[in-house]
Amino acid sequence: MQTERSNVAISRRQLLIEDWKHTLYLWRQNRLAMIGTILVAFFIVIAIFAPAIAPYDPIEINISRSLLPPSSDHIFGTDQFGRDIFSRVVYGARIEVGIILLVTVISGTIGVAVGITAGYFGGIIDDVLMRITDVFLSFPNLILAMALSAMLGRGVFNAIIAISLVGWTVIARLARAEAMKIKSLPYIEAIRALGASNTRILLLHVLPMCMSPVLVQLSLRMGSIILTAAGLGFLGLGAQPPTPEWGAIVSDGRSYLVQQWWISTFPGLFIALVVLGFNLLGDGIRDIMDPRIRR
Amino acid sequence: MARLLEVNNLRVIFRTYRGIIKALNGVRLWLNEEERLGIVGETGCGKSVSALSIMRLIDAPGEIIEGQVLFEGTDLLKITEEEMDKTVRGKKMSMIFQEPISALNPVFKVGFQIAESIAHSSEISMGDAYELAPEILEMVGLDWRRSMDLYPHELSGGMAQRVMIAMALAVKPKLLIADEPTSALDVTIQAQILQLLDELVRIGRNAVILITHDLGIASEFCDRITVMYAGNAIEISSSEEIFEEPLHPYTKGLIDSIPIIGASKVLSGIPGSVPDLIAPPPGCRFHPRCDFCFDKCRVELPDLKEVKPSHFVACHLYSDSF
Amino acid sequence: MRLETFVIKRLFLMLIVLFGVSVVVFVVARAIPADPVGAILGGNAPIELVDEMRRRLGLDKPLYAQFVDFMSGVVRGDFGISIKSNRPVIKDIAEFFPATLELAIVAALISVVLGVPLGIFSAVHRNKLIDHFCRVFSILGVSMPVFWTGLLLLILFYYRLGWLPGSGRVGIFTYLPPKVTGLLLLDSLLAGNFEAFKDALSHIILPAVVLGYSSTASIARIMRSSMLDVLRQDFIRTARAKGIGRKLVIYRHALRNALIPVVTVIGLTFGGLLEGAVLTETIFGWPGLGRYIVNSLLLLDYPAIMGGTLFVAIVYSLVNLVVDIIYAALDPRMRV
Repeated sequence: MQTERSNVAISRRQLLIEDWKHTLYLWRQNRLAMIGTILVAFFIVIAIFAPAIAPYDPIEINISRSLLPPSSDHIFGTDQFGRDIFSRVVYGARIEVGIILLVTVISGTIGVAVGITAGYFGGIIDDVLMRITDVFLSFPNLILAMALSAMLGRGVFNAIIAISLVGWTVIARLARAEAMKIKSLPYIEAIRALGASNTRILLLHVLPMCMSPVLVQLSLRMGSIILTAAGLGFLGLGAQPPTPEWGAIVSDGRSYLVQQWWISTFPGLFIALVVLGFNLLGDGIRDIMDPRIRR
Repeated sequence: MARLLEVNNLRVIFRTYRGIIKALNGVRLWLNEEERLGIVGETGCGKSVSALSIMRLIDAPGEIIEGQVLFEGTDLLKITEEEMDKTVRGKKMSMIFQEPISALNPVFKVGFQIAESIAHSSEISMGDAYELAPEILEMVGLDWRRSMDLYPHELSGGMAQRVMIAMALAVKPKLLIADEPTSALDVTIQAQILQLLDELVRIGRNAVILITHDLGIASEFCDRITVMYAGNAIEISSSEEIFEEPLHPYTKGLIDSIPIIGASKVLSGIPGSVPDLIAPPPGCRFHPRCDFCFDKCRVELPDLKEVKPSHFVACHLYSDSF
Repeated sequence: MRLETFVIKRLFLMLIVLFGVSVVVFVVARAIPADPVGAILGGNAPIELVDEMRRRLGLDKPLYAQFVDFMSGVVRGDFGISIKSNRPVIKDIAEFFPATLELAIVAALISVVLGVPLGIFSAVHRNKLIDHFCRVFSILGVSMPVFWTGLLLLILFYYRLGWLPGSGRVGIFTYLPPKVTGLLLLDSLLAGNFEAFKDALSHIILPAVVLGYSSTASIARIMRSSMLDVLRQDFIRTARAKGIGRKLVIYRHALRNALIPVVTVIGLTFGGLLEGAVLTETIFGWPGLGRYIVNSLLLLDYPAIMGGTLFVAIVYSLVNLVVDIIYAALDPRMRV
């Protein structure tokens, strides 16, 4: 009996390993996904090792060195306060990573909670929750984020909350659809017949089963989170000076656009590259998970 | 009398992530006018691929790399795509498929889709074709007044298949290819559809290639049967003889495995499983599972030889007979 | 179900949702930490004036009464008086919205005219060089921040090359046509004023391209993937077996099906255009609703914020409603 059980256990683990190997194989095959992975990895590395990479202090003012063009001293030049743009961009990566993580966690939690509750219980709860979701969906993302930002006050942290409050709706819809599918599975009926409470079912069974598509969706949205955050920063509603958030730096450079093009160009370039990385990665993930391609 | 269709040495491959699938390994079959040929075999043996190759509907990642498809004397693999569309598809040859509802375009009404076939084959305008559509629907037993304006998702499986048959036979083809037309339908509907086909084909005097995994259906409907295994046609004969005197070990195994109600026979299958077509066994592809396998089988692929009058087998057991 | 029933159901739902939207807008505006009275009167006004002003603005009533006032105003089209401009918010909106609408329409036209063929082309010639090029173009389009692209193009076409104007809708010296629709391009054509037309066109082209780039990209992407999905379906094989020819199969059978999800995206990108307009208008000094809302937020002009946001939400909901209806009209399976 014992050997039989352990045989089955081994083969299940083997199956999982095989599945992962297949996933990695498909990953490496997909050139664009690889590029995306490299870009994102680069981004994370820069964020983690910012103090080691940045040659100067990002907020230290040094008027004597203001508005210098890119040179070997200052790879990306300096801004009107003499701050090294390269260092600011590097430290900005930390802020962006922080924003992405927090927004993902917050909007993911709210979204999943609302979604599985609506999907599982159905009826009035579903209707009410869905109407609330619809209300939030009636605003274009940025505009609602802007309004919430103004309401909460400016600053990065409030911007994070604002973006989270705007982004949970998509996750909620997805989680609801999954929960509805899972709800009608025969084994859920079986557990309920055995007396499991609804909360238990929700947390232990429904939740884990929707995680996969939800996680995929969350990673697909990371690029747009950066764009929204940068947009808020650009408009002055997000990060406040001297915080080196990328959108804010681009906005800084607006008055100097003609002669000192480098202030706005480089942070914007980094935004584009990182979002590109996330989008390529997201596309790749979507392709890999597509059952038609996983033979 | 020249044959209507002759397929010689047809080889088809599919390029995939894991390797090249050698789906058809030199298939040979033929058909005369007004004759009904059944193609029988397990899933994956190449029945559908053969049918699609005849219509030249194989697209990337598939490719027809060798062979001849002689239809009324012309090699279809050598003519241009335009000629294929203008003269063969939907005119001299038509095809019906397995899942009828998904085989119809979901955003067009039934009337439109039938009219489209008629307009193409008779080279008339869509307006004129519309006039003829009701007749065609009546022919397959549907009330045209209701059906013309229905969308495919509003039809039942049986109704949808009738529509497909209508579209295919309205063009009065010399050859109708039916790829598992009843496999997706309920048993009772299956019988209805087959009966309908039988009648219409008799009146229209069309030749038919019927693809199915069900030997019973094939024997009832068809004059001759081709048995396929792993990309080759391994036995061709009349329906009666395939049952009464199967020659190929695979065919024998197939016939034996059919459960007979009332007989006290132990259910038997053929040991082993279908080969991996990316790395198929050399020589005869059935040899690993064959009780009668000998050295030649592992090395050389047997040809179809006429072992008895009008009974062809591809097996080394019979290579020196007749 | 029939199309008419579907439309009515959706309209009803929309009204309920818009009510919820008004609640949200009201709550958000009230929660903004600013004293509207102080903004109007200044910090040192005498108590009597302050009280008088509070009463006039209706701020002395309990919250639910204020909401009722607000809602009755909204239904009548009265969004209150802007603190900054000192005139009814609805008048502000009427002045600025046409500019945004015009920009969004031109951008939308560009994206559809460019994006749809690009996507079809990409799908039909899958995995060939042109497809890779288009895919890179598209993915860049959805990755680059709108404000950055705008600034770059501004540097290039205005500062360096001087080909196009850098801000505003028209030059200062251009003779404006009479206002019929509020859309300058249309109005100048209607009045036969080709000088104004050319001027307006040269002003709108840069912001419209900037705004439209990311929607072109997303439309092209969706068109491509939708087309690829459709081309894989069974009925395409049936259509080819009928012998009607590759072209007809693509342009009649495939496209009709593939366009359906694209239409939804076109509708959604219109919403995205409203968003992007906020940033684009800021960069190009375009006198539109987006810039108006941004300024109101920065100045904490709360009637303007409420009115502007609510208006945008209404427009957005209407657009979504229209998209849903078109979707149901195109795909008979959707009329549930």
